[in-house]
Amino acid sequence: MRYFTEDHEWIDVDGDQATVGITDYAQGQLGDIVFVEVPEGGKAMAKGDDAAVVESVKAASDVYAPVSGMVVGGNEKLADEPGLVNEDPEGEGWFFKMTLGDPSELEALMDAAGYKAFVAAL
Amino acid sequence: MMRETDTPDEPLAEEALASLALDSWHRKQGGRMVPFAGYEMPVQYEGIMAEHLWTREHAGLFDVSHMGQLTVSGEGAAAALEALLPGDIAGLKPGRVRYSLLLAENGGILDDLMVTHRGDHYFLIVNGATKWDDIAHLREHLPDDITLNHLDEHALLALQGPKAVDALQRLRLAPAMEGAPAVEGLSFMQAAPYHWGQVPLGISRSGYTGEDGFEISVRAEDVEALADALLAQPEVKPIGLGARDSLRLEAGLPLYGHDLDADTTPVEADLGFALSKRRREEGGFPGAERIAIERQNGPIRKRVGLKVEGRQPVREGAAVVDDQGNDVGNVTSGGFAPSLGVPIAMAYVPLALARPGTVLSLAQRGKIHRAEVVAMPFVPHRYVRQGAK
Repeated sequence: MRYFTEDHEWIDVDGDQATVGITDYAQGQLGDIVFVEVPEGGKAMAKGDDAAVVESVKAASDVYAPVSGMVVGGNEKLADEPGLVNEDPEGEGWFFKMTLGDPSELEALMDAAGYKAFVAAL
Repeated sequence: MMRETDTPDEPLAEEALASLALDSWHRKQGGRMVPFAGYEMPVQYEGIMAEHLWTREHAGLFDVSHMGQLTVSGEGAAAALEALLPGDIAGLKPGRVRYSLLLAENGGILDDLMVTHRGDHYFLIVNGATKWDDIAHLREHLPDDITLNHLDEHALLALQGPKAVDALQRLRLAPAMEGAPAVEGLSFMQAAPYHWGQVPLGISRSGYTGEDGFEISVRAEDVEALADALLAQPEVKPIGLGARDSLRLEAGLPLYGHDLDADTTPVEADLGFALSKRRREEGGFPGAERIAIERQNGPIRKRVGLKVEGRQPVREGAAVVDDQGNDVGNVTSGGFAPSLGVPIAMAYVPLALARPGTVLSLAQRGKIHRAEVVAMPFVPHRYVRQGAK
C-alpha cells in the first residue's frame, strides 16, 4: 500500500517496513536534481524530522520523515546518479527504507487518489 | 519536502509585479513564471540544465526586458558620466561598448552597467532590480543641461551562444547607419543600429553567458514579432533566468545584489579592468582615493572563484571559515555548473586566502565543505574579438 504526504513524499508500506521517496510532481517542481543526501541506517526519526536533502540546480530542499521510525538504509545509487530522482521518482529514485514506529500515523496520510486530487488543487 | 532552504533570487512578492511585453509569449512557450526584480519572469521552460547546455552548444534567446535602458545626451555628456563612473567614456569611440560601474562616494558599487557610444548620445543598460535607484542617482548628479531618458517602452532580448550569429544573420538586418558593418561583422563590445524590415533595432555584440552573442534593444510593440522570428530559427530555444544564472556563474561574471553591492569596491570585486588607465591616473570619480589605495596596497578581501569538492552545491550565504573555525568570508553565488558537472561558487575571502590553489572550508547548514580557489572564468569565454575573426 502506498501513501502520500502533503509535502510530496510517498511511502510504500510492506509489513512493518516502508520505502520513502518524493513524488513525480515534486521532482517536476524541483527540476534537474544534482545532489541527494540520504540518511544512514540506524537513525531514529520522529514524524516531520529532516530526513534527507535534495538539491536541484536552483535550490536546496529538505525531505521530512513522513512517519516515525528507524532508518534501515538509504539508496546508495543516488550519490552518483541523483538524476534517478528525475527519471524514476516513484521507483528507482527512492530515498530510504525505514521501519514503522507507529503504524497508526499512516492513517493521516493520503492514498493515490487523494494525492492526485490534492495536487490538482494546487 | 519542498520547503526550499534557500532561494536567494526570489524576493517576497508582496508588491504588485509588472508584466513583461512578452508575458503571454513566455507562458505560451511553457515558461514557469517567478517574481524577479519586480517582474514576473520565466525561470525556465524545459529545464535549467537542458537550457544551459543548449546555449553553450547552439543559441539561447533570453528576455531581459526587466533591465533599465537609458540614454544620456547633451554637450558634455561624457564628462558628466565620468564624474559618476571610473570608465574612460571620453575615449569610447562611436559604436563601442564598455562595461562600467556606478560608484558611491566611498567607492562602493551602486550598480554595474554597459555604456554604448551611439554617436549623438550614450546608451546605458543597467540592472533591473536597481534601475529606479540608478535613475534617481543619475537625475540627482547629472548636470541640468544633460538629458536622461528612460526607454521604458523598449524591450531587450539577448541571443547567446556559438550559433547566435547564424540565427541572427538569417533575419537579413540592414545597417541603419553609414559605415555600420553587417551584424555578423560586429566584434565583441561593438554596437550599431539596424533595420529589420521597418523595425529599428539597436544591437551590440555582448552578453552575460561567456559565449558569443548579441543584445538587441527593440520597441516593446515589436518584440513579440522579433522573438517569434528568432525562435523560428532551428538554432534557437527560449532560455530562462535559471540558466542565465548558471551560465554567468560559469563565465565568472558577477551578479549585482549578490556578488556586488554598495559595500564592495571594484578592487575587492576584482573588476580592475573596469578602471580605465586614464581614469586611474587622473582620478575624478567617486571613491577614487580609496580605490587608488586599494590598488596599491591590496584590498582587505577579494572576490574569488571556488571549485567545491563533492557534488553538493554550496550557495549564497554559506560562510568561509579558517582552520580555527573563524568566519572569514562569505559565498555570494554558488551552484551546480552544468557544463562542468561539479559545484562552483564565488566568494569574498581575505587577500591571504585568495591565491589559486588555496584550499578553504565552507560552512553551510551545519556541514563543512572543502573548496579550492581557482582562476575565473570557470568555463573559457568564447567572445568574437576584433582581429580574431
